Amino acid sequence: MPRVVSLFLPMWSTDRLRRRLGDAAPPPETPLVLIGRQQRRRLVLAVDQAARAAGLRIGMPATKAQALVTGLVVMDADPAADTEALERLALWALQRYAPIVAADPPDSLVIDTTGADHLHGGEELMLSGMVNRFFASGIAARAAVADTWGAAHASARFRANPTLVVPPGTQADVIRDLPIAALRVDPAIVDGLRVLGFNTVGELTSQPRAPLALRFGPELGRRLDQAMGRIAEPIDPVRTPELVEVRRAFGEPIAAAETIARYTAKLVDQLCHALEEKGLGARRVDLLFHRVDSSYQAIRAGTATPIRDVKRLTRLLTDRIETIEPGFGIEIMSLTATHAEPLVARQVISSLVEEPEADVSGLIDILGNRIGERRLYRFAPVASDVPERSVTRVAPMTPDNGETWPDHWARPARLLLHPEPIETMALLPDHPPVSFTWRGTRRRVKRADGPERVFGEWWKRDAELVAVRDYFQIEDDAGERYWIFRAGDGEHSETGSHKWFLHGIFG
Amino acid sequence: MRDRAVNTIIAELRERIERLEGGVVRGRATLPFAVPAIDRRLPGGGLALGALHEVAGGGNGAIDGAAAALFAAGIAARTKGKVLWCVTRPDLFAPALAQVGLLPGRVIYVEAGDEKALLSCIEEGLRHGGLGAVVGELARLSITASRRLQLAAESSGTIGIAIRRWRRQTEASDFGQPTASVTRWRVSVLPSSPLPVPGVGRARWLLELIRCRAGESADFEVEAPDAKGRIALPSDVVHGSPQTEIGRRRASA
Repeated sequence: MPRVVSLFLPMWSTDRLRRRLGDAAPPPETPLVLIGRQQRRRLVLAVDQAARAAGLRIGMPATKAQALVTGLVVMDADPAADTEALERLALWALQRYAPIVAADPPDSLVIDTTGADHLHGGEELMLSGMVNRFFASGIAARAAVADTWGAAHASARFRANPTLVVPPGTQADVIRDLPIAALRVDPAIVDGLRVLGFNTVGELTSQPRAPLALRFGPELGRRLDQAMGRIAEPIDPVRTPELVEVRRAFGEPIAAAETIARYTAKLVDQLCHALEEKGLGARRVDLLFHRVDSSYQAIRAGTATPIRDVKRLTRLLTDRIETIEPGFGIEIMSLTATHAEPLVARQVISSLVEEPEADVSGLIDILGNRIGERRLYRFAPVASDVPERSVTRVAPMTPDNGETWPDHWARPARLLLHPEPIETMALLPDHPPVSFTWRGTRRRVKRADGPERVFGEWWKRDAELVAVRDYFQIEDDAGERYWIFRAGDGEHSETGSHKWFLHGIFG
Repeated sequence: MRDRAVNTIIAELRERIERLEGGVVRGRATLPFAVPAIDRRLPGGGLALGALHEVAGGGNGAIDGAAAALFAAGIAARTKGKVLWCVTRPDLFAPALAQVGLLPGRVIYVEAGDEKALLSCIEEGLRHGGLGAVVGELARLSITASRRLQLAAESSGTIGIAIRRWRRQTEASDFGQPTASVTRWRVSVLPSSPLPVPGVGRARWLLELIRCRAGESADFEVEAPDAKGRIALPSDVVHGSPQTEIGRRRASA
């Protein structure tokens, strides 16, 4: 079953206008409406948050809106430019999230994230990441993921707050209570149903289908089936001429994994030639399968550095062939370099001069595509005395600058994620404890080293202005070595609570 | 005369069997600890490269695996090339690894969601061949899984170290189960070397070689790795009392 994300941008037209105007835009608290002509009437076509709060609605006559709200900013709507911008947004999402993305005019994107969510840390993190990214650039967004486009579309508009993950197979329960307008049908049909006394989708599903079809046409039934996942609804992925793409159509549909693998290799070969002509290397490739039943399946592979290596790219793609369900067969395979960067030829270091270090970028790519790029990292030093801030994660292929941590104090092999409180007997101000109790076991301190004073970083948080931690390395009777600290300097109560914590375990 | 003819036939047969078994047993490189007492116990005079080794902590170390991790880091520090460190629990503190010589620029961490993904990452790393060492922190290691890892290590010559780390003390009995690893170690902490002043000295471990293919088990009392990743046998004379040491030097001069 596919997993489809519907990304709903409720204020798309006004948000886009504000972004385009930049500093010249009216401040966010000023109500803004966009108007356009419909036949001979001037109607409100878009309202922003402030205008909505003031009681303005889409479809209202422009003069009425102006009469209702004083200080209202009125601008001309440009639906064509909105749609065009939405297409560009879809291309951006294509490079960033998943191989199958389409604009869903007027104000949303639809993304098939089947098998791609793990690369973004799971569905929930992926959705909140999307929404936050849009929010940061000043665009309101809500996102929902479900088994079908219809259910995701409805949930994003009526349920997501601001994100919602509809578990697989439960789309029927989620959309049951939603109003009929959630079904993506003509407003005339919604009005007609309301006249008949229907309010929610659930009431419709319990009705016999034939009378409804007779009265309102086949669209209603089709939308219901699409939302429930009873019939497929393919997403036609967005493409642009700038992308390097190769494709192959088959006279007879293919289905066997070996055949797919063979043609994958051929396509990769073609793609690498096409990339070579442009002097590019692929950072992300998408292999799309157009099935006989007009739905799509996709494999996406990313690389840590731009590459044009046929063998490596083929390996990355064929690694995931088992996730493809060919159904009744595959008619067309297309391979796109969704993200390509200039690839500069380099001279290979001769082994006569120095021993070259083995290239591990191929391994990084394989592992990155299997478990997600974020779960593959190196640690790099940060100039901070606070232990948990002294390390940062960097991408595995970041050039090594040979930096390391200062080593005048011993550091524990394991650092607890959160320091655990311990009960101690200790002399103030600068003596290590005589004994302490951690996780229910009392230990006598035999030897100790310290204190190592760590000052708070007031430039990061105000609360750390005078905060102090005194770290001790201690050893108990059995030889187990721990890293403990006292919050505070032992004399002044404002420097910390004077409670003791265990923070790490030495090897 | 006849003897020699028979011997060459046998020698040839042995060679063929070895080739069939796939392991280039005689030419296998090793990584010595540079501690003669330990290296003497290991066939080939050191830890076999291109093989899987298992390390577990004793006592509380079966859960936190702190000493086991440092022991593995010390070994990895003495190899060449990048090191792949596969974990499911990200509680490793990189500055500690740097203190035993494994600099941050060399270690690539892989955070797998579960042990199945972890095993496949370790195997992929071992097969690649360009890495210095692959370290994996595992709770379970079945005979089949360990055989796969061992074969992958043999095919590329990369050393594999499985740090066995359990969630609960009771699960550690799993360590008795057979696996295909070439050596199996247990590292338990001991009270540190005494210092003449208050403070904690260089950490000491009880290093148990529990299993060793083509070798015998043994116990060693060692000092934790230094800044180059080398472990050492404690010399109580030196650390015991600096005064007597100085006195002896004077007497001999």
